[in-house]
Amino acid sequence: MTTIQEVPQDRLKSPFYSRQAELDRLNRWHEWKGYRSADGFYETALEYFAIRNSTGVFDLTPMTKYRISGADSLDFIDRLVTRDMRKIKPGRVAYAVWCDDEGQVIDDGTIFHLRQGEYRLCAQERHMSWLTAAAIGMDVSIVDETHDIAALAVQGPTSYSVLKNLGLDGIENLKPFGLDNFDFAGTELMVSRTGYTGDLGYELWISPDKAEALWDALFEAGKHHGIWAIGTEALDQARIEAGYIGAYIDFLPAHVTIRSGRSRSPLELGLEWLVDFKKANFNGRRALAEEKRRGSAWRLVKLDIEGNKPAHHSYIYASKGGRGKEVGFITSATWSPVCKQNIAIGTVRTPHGKVGDKLFVEIYYQREMHWSRVMAEATVVDKPFWDPQRRRATPPGPY
Amino acid sequence: MNERYDVCVIGAGHNGLVCASLLAKAGKKVLVLEANDQVGGAAVTRTFADGFSVSACAHLLYQLQPQVRKELGLKFELSGDAIGTIALSPDGKHVRMNGKQVTGTSDEDAASYRDFCRRMTRFADLLKTYLNKTPPRLSKDASKADFLTLGQLGLDIRRLGRVEMQELLRIIGMNIFDELNERFENGVLRGALSLDAVLGTHLGPRSPNTILTYLYRLAGSHGTISAPAGGMSTVAEALAHCARDRGATIRTGMPVKRIIIENGRVAGVQTENGEQFSSRLVVSNADPKSTIMCLVSTRNVETGFARRIHNIRMRGNAAKMHLALDGLPAIDGVEEQEYGERFVVAPDDVYVERAFNAAKYGETSDKPVFEITFPSFRDQSLAPDGKHVMSAIVQYAPYSLKEGWSDAARQSFLDTAIDCLGEFMPDLKQKIVASEMLTPADIEKQFLITGGHWHHGELALDQFLFTRPVGGAQQYAMPLDGLYLCGAGAHPGGGISGAAGRNAAREILKREKAA
Repeated sequence: MTTIQEVPQDRLKSPFYSRQAELDRLNRWHEWKGYRSADGFYETALEYFAIRNSTGVFDLTPMTKYRISGADSLDFIDRLVTRDMRKIKPGRVAYAVWCDDEGQVIDDGTIFHLRQGEYRLCAQERHMSWLTAAAIGMDVSIVDETHDIAALAVQGPTSYSVLKNLGLDGIENLKPFGLDNFDFAGTELMVSRTGYTGDLGYELWISPDKAEALWDALFEAGKHHGIWAIGTEALDQARIEAGYIGAYIDFLPAHVTIRSGRSRSPLELGLEWLVDFKKANFNGRRALAEEKRRGSAWRLVKLDIEGNKPAHHSYIYASKGGRGKEVGFITSATWSPVCKQNIAIGTVRTPHGKVGDKLFVEIYYQREMHWSRVMAEATVVDKPFWDPQRRRATPPGPY
Repeated sequence: MNERYDVCVIGAGHNGLVCASLLAKAGKKVLVLEANDQVGGAAVTRTFADGFSVSACAHLLYQLQPQVRKELGLKFELSGDAIGTIALSPDGKHVRMNGKQVTGTSDEDAASYRDFCRRMTRFADLLKTYLNKTPPRLSKDASKADFLTLGQLGLDIRRLGRVEMQELLRIIGMNIFDELNERFENGVLRGALSLDAVLGTHLGPRSPNTILTYLYRLAGSHGTISAPAGGMSTVAEALAHCARDRGATIRTGMPVKRIIIENGRVAGVQTENGEQFSSRLVVSNADPKSTIMCLVSTRNVETGFARRIHNIRMRGNAAKMHLALDGLPAIDGVEEQEYGERFVVAPDDVYVERAFNAAKYGETSDKPVFEITFPSFRDQSLAPDGKHVMSAIVQYAPYSLKEGWSDAARQSFLDTAIDCLGEFMPDLKQKIVASEMLTPADIEKQFLITGGHWHHGELALDQFLFTRPVGGAQQYAMPLDGLYLCGAGAHPGGGISGAAGRNAAREILKREKAA
């Protein structure tokens, strides 16, 4: 008789898992590229306020990380992404997007210039196939180091004080989008002043065998600075306030779209500042130049919406009575506690969505099982909803 | 100082020369740069032993498009026309084919052969129309002209009539082995026909789409074979003459190092010796892989495009053997006056398939298949008095040989080939004065064709028409402003046909006029 063997199906556990599991009160986990990742540990609002008022710690380990080196590494990266990577010196980090041949965004991420000619590309999605194709004809090595590096985001106004307490001498000199290496228990700890919250914050990168020790030391250093572990839900709220977009939420990676017109160009995602047409060549250049000449079909908008009901998945109209004439839809929405605003990120057809335009969103909401609908006025805004001075201040102040 | 031209053509292969002639005829100032010392690319005559010359790569002419001849007023002397085929059989019961006639088979086979030829030439004629046109785009950029071409193709297929249309659609993606086995009982005939379908490819008779490759071979002059007097250089020289007559400059011994790119478009070429030539347009007769990977460099094109180019299948499998002979070798059952014919050693279709088996695993065939000619029999200029030259295509010798192409590997394959022929030509070995074996690795090196593949890319349904060389670049223009392809890697493919060069020139002129 054949016996069916049980195949282990548990998700990967981050090297911080043992510590997270101790703190966890909710037991709500989701899958993120094979890893267990927490929706939250205590309560979303509490974790959210940790980010905004003290320090929140988010486990970034499942983020895809590639080490890119070799004689042609700069040429490789410069052709891969739309921005000019020649300007990104060693010790600096760049936010970047990369496109397919048609100028449609595959993903966005951060690129760390670790040392001369050596980079780390960090993104939400996996990209080995595309990177391998982009390396054809170049002397470059691409190594997936996703599982070899444990990473934490340490975000919030007291994060600087926490890291100072941790004994990272010189952290005060680290500028936004800068990176530096420190010694932690005899191991190299890389710290970058980057994040996904739009606030003062850092990301810590270390070998997995030192992960637990780092977590313990960090929480010890932050015990008087309101340090909390946070999950994805709180982080998501913070990133909408910062006006940051998310793959699979605000845009679909070009490689997963099937229908034409469902992918987006960087110009359509409000990322024109990342596209440098002065560069000799980069993926999507021809298509993007053509799009710039002809005009884009879509525009990503940040909306300030009246009322307090989050406009999840709402249609956007050009006029209040505009049923049947929707011009777009909301992709991210939340009530922003810190801004006291009902905010959202959406996509509208051009020419709608210019800064200052008044649009209308159709919000459905449920009260005791019954559905109601409201047409709320929404104003297109330019700046991020949340953008405090301390995010840029160097040295950051102690809080 | 840089010399300025309207167009730089990289490579004086026959397609490059056709393209250059037509562009020069239209008033463009054209420069053709050829790496080798002779024009012609793979259409050249070379001396391989003292007093012995031979067409060093392509050795027979069957696809030269009538349009090309006509538009260029191309004239050259033939040493043989309507050359027949003798398919050798170990038992001496050879099969002779010429046109729609076949002898040495049963009457049923002969009748069936006539029917086969009629049908195949009809399909080949349809194909031929489209070989001489720019293939339509299917993307969102498709123009009215693209839709018209596509519509015309559909209509032309429909106009074959219901039965013939069904038959075409039934067999177009099929392997020739099945078709031949349904029709013919004679193995030698099946072997010879299946060899025609797989010559120069990485395919066996049982591989899909070998009907297409067979049709492609017929899509010129219905498979009528001729040979230029003095070998293939005669054709190349005639084409070069046409080009020069119309004002094009041709410089040989000038290998191009790179295509110069400025502000996202081509600006000219730089040769290995450091000379630079400015031109707004660069037309490459080199294969798509060398053009993009080496001359342009992948960093100057899009990643998706570079990947598609990188993935073009172009593994050469055909070796070229040249023997200098003291005299004609005796062939049992073949008359003296028949040595001007084309000989085929492919005793049956399974034999051909078995020869291919080895190639799948990076090995050479133990029992290779051959297409053999004795060009000196028709053309005394190629060998000293009373002596002769044998020119043979020998398959299969895979480009990516597992052990690598060393001198020993080459010698070993030459020995295998000569031993095999010994079965049909017992006194061959004694007559050999000198020999040369060009493996695909040698062909790559000497004729600058990636993979040593004559067609500049396998001729297969997924690398044909709309997707040749790759999807999105089928209209000769590469996705880099000012860069065009005009060689066999572009539509329609290889063979001394001139279609790619002519189509490219027409497309370039059309686009230039529109710009």
